[in-house]
Amino acid sequence: MVDILEVKNLKKYFKINSGQLHAVDDVTFSIQKGKTLGVVGESGCGKSTLGRTVLHLLESTDGQIFFDGEDVTHVDAKKLRKLREKMQIIFQDPFSSLNPRMSVSTTIAEPLELSGRFGKAEIGSLTDQLMDTVGLAPRLRNSYPHELDGGRRQRIGIARALALEPDFIVCDEPVSALDVSIQAQILNLMQDLQEKRQLTYIFITHDLSVVRHISDDICVMYMGQMVEKSPSKELFKNPLHPYTKALLSAVPVPNIHKKQERIILKGEVTSPVNPPPGCRFAKRCRYAAEGCQAPQNLTEVSPGHFLACHRYQEID
Amino acid sequence: MARKTAKKGKGAPANAGKKESMLALTWKQLIRNKMAVAGLILIGVMAILAILAPVIAPYAYDKQDLYHTFLGPCREHWFGTDNLGRDIFSRILYGARYSLSIGIAAVAMSLVAGVSLGALCGFYGGKLDMILMRVLDVFQSIPGMLMAIAVSATLGPGLRNCIIALSISSVPGYARMMRASMLNIRDMEYVEAARSVNARDGRIIFRHMIPNAMAPTIVQATMGVATAILVAASLSFIGLGVQPPAPEWGAMLADGRNYIRDFPHLVMFPGIAIMLAVLSLNMLGDGLRDALDPRLKN
Repeated sequence: MVDILEVKNLKKYFKINSGQLHAVDDVTFSIQKGKTLGVVGESGCGKSTLGRTVLHLLESTDGQIFFDGEDVTHVDAKKLRKLREKMQIIFQDPFSSLNPRMSVSTTIAEPLELSGRFGKAEIGSLTDQLMDTVGLAPRLRNSYPHELDGGRRQRIGIARALALEPDFIVCDEPVSALDVSIQAQILNLMQDLQEKRQLTYIFITHDLSVVRHISDDICVMYMGQMVEKSPSKELFKNPLHPYTKALLSAVPVPNIHKKQERIILKGEVTSPVNPPPGCRFAKRCRYAAEGCQAPQNLTEVSPGHFLACHRYQEID
Repeated sequence: MARKTAKKGKGAPANAGKKESMLALTWKQLIRNKMAVAGLILIGVMAILAILAPVIAPYAYDKQDLYHTFLGPCREHWFGTDNLGRDIFSRILYGARYSLSIGIAAVAMSLVAGVSLGALCGFYGGKLDMILMRVLDVFQSIPGMLMAIAVSATLGPGLRNCIIALSISSVPGYARMMRASMLNIRDMEYVEAARSVNARDGRIIFRHMIPNAMAPTIVQATMGVATAILVAASLSFIGLGVQPPAPEWGAMLADGRNYIRDFPHLVMFPGIAIMLAVLSLNMLGDGLRDALDPRLKN
């Protein structure tokens, strides 16, 4: 299998008044075609920034992005337009990701129109096809977003992302704003589409049960850094990083007899502004020791299982 | 397929299949509002009267009749005559042409300038925003009235210069308002979505952002027409606006003020005309604000 996307040492810093905010710091990963990489972490850990930087919606500060084997870190405007037809995004909030003054069909047709590759009639029929693909009834063509519920709105967003037949889609918490019953429908739709079209997903979420359901690999982020990355099953079976352990202990288990130990994190969250080198989780980590002040390197501890914690063997 | 079809959808749309533009929706919402309709009718009637003034007016607006000065309202002169024996009713009809066109033209000009400046500042931000906004600050630091006086004093009195003076003084207000709503919208995900499907800046600004940012500015503009009429009246009042014998309403007020004790109808009728124009535009503006608010839809 080929890696469709490879990200090396990607960094995204924001300049703010009090210094540099390290939103994404030295993140490295790769995804094979047709697979899903889940990205989990708490709010503000840089998950969304990571997705947007990969898509060039934000400019990267440092690092490299390879798409289909080609270095696309710095591309000119013309190349970027081509690239964006191959890489798309589905947004978190279906209420703010749709222009309230554009009808369903106008929204879905926009990427087709902008690509300049299709005639008017073709755009019309492609729009109809797309609406059918994502399960939107044809009678909704001329409705406006405010008339529709969250699930239908999210389907519009998916149709828009699919319009130009991309290979790779960043899903930025696509179901977290939806009701649980609708969440399942949208997740199923996304999985069906992935099978049929050989799509590759980066699936950003804070919902662990969702990510477990949909991902092949999972990477756990904390304060802009990747602390652990492993195949999905392995991660849930054998979490190694103290932060991952705490995170997973928060997943409810549907078994009243099984008493699970809940790891409650204490301590202060490190500021992502001008952070010191070393483990950013150390201040909240119950296993923190002296060596944690040194930078933690991501090392492969078992095949496919990467970890940025030097004490993992001692803490088990 | 069955799995994909949403079955639990809540709001099935009412307008299935029928194309309804946002404009039509806004219009529908607007005519439901009684006050707005009243305002619309009132301003409409005034506009028609202004257009048909030569047909309706019983006298020429500058025809003097020195034997019949200061007549009160009577059968021949519905609103009476002024100090030179001119028919006040005819003058008010003709005056509507000046006052309404000054109001609308001044607002249209400042709206175009203000919206484009504000949209540019709000969208691009950075140095451009900084420089343009500071320039507008300078403009805004001068009271609007004073600004209008200064400009018309420089350009010289007259209808066209009066319009220019009025529009310059209200550009910063519109620009600032537009900039604020653009800043709000700039971070909306649909703007990012447009960018991700390769929309260029121009398209994002005109297609996605301005339509969504316009609502407060449109409302401000309808109120602005009323303000412009009032300021134009003040300009005429101090002799810098439309020049006599042109029957601009403010000028008529100014002329009549010397006789207000003995013949109050000289100022009363133009005053009422101004009041009705302002009132109707304010009612329309209020209604528009509600009609353009998507939260109040349906």
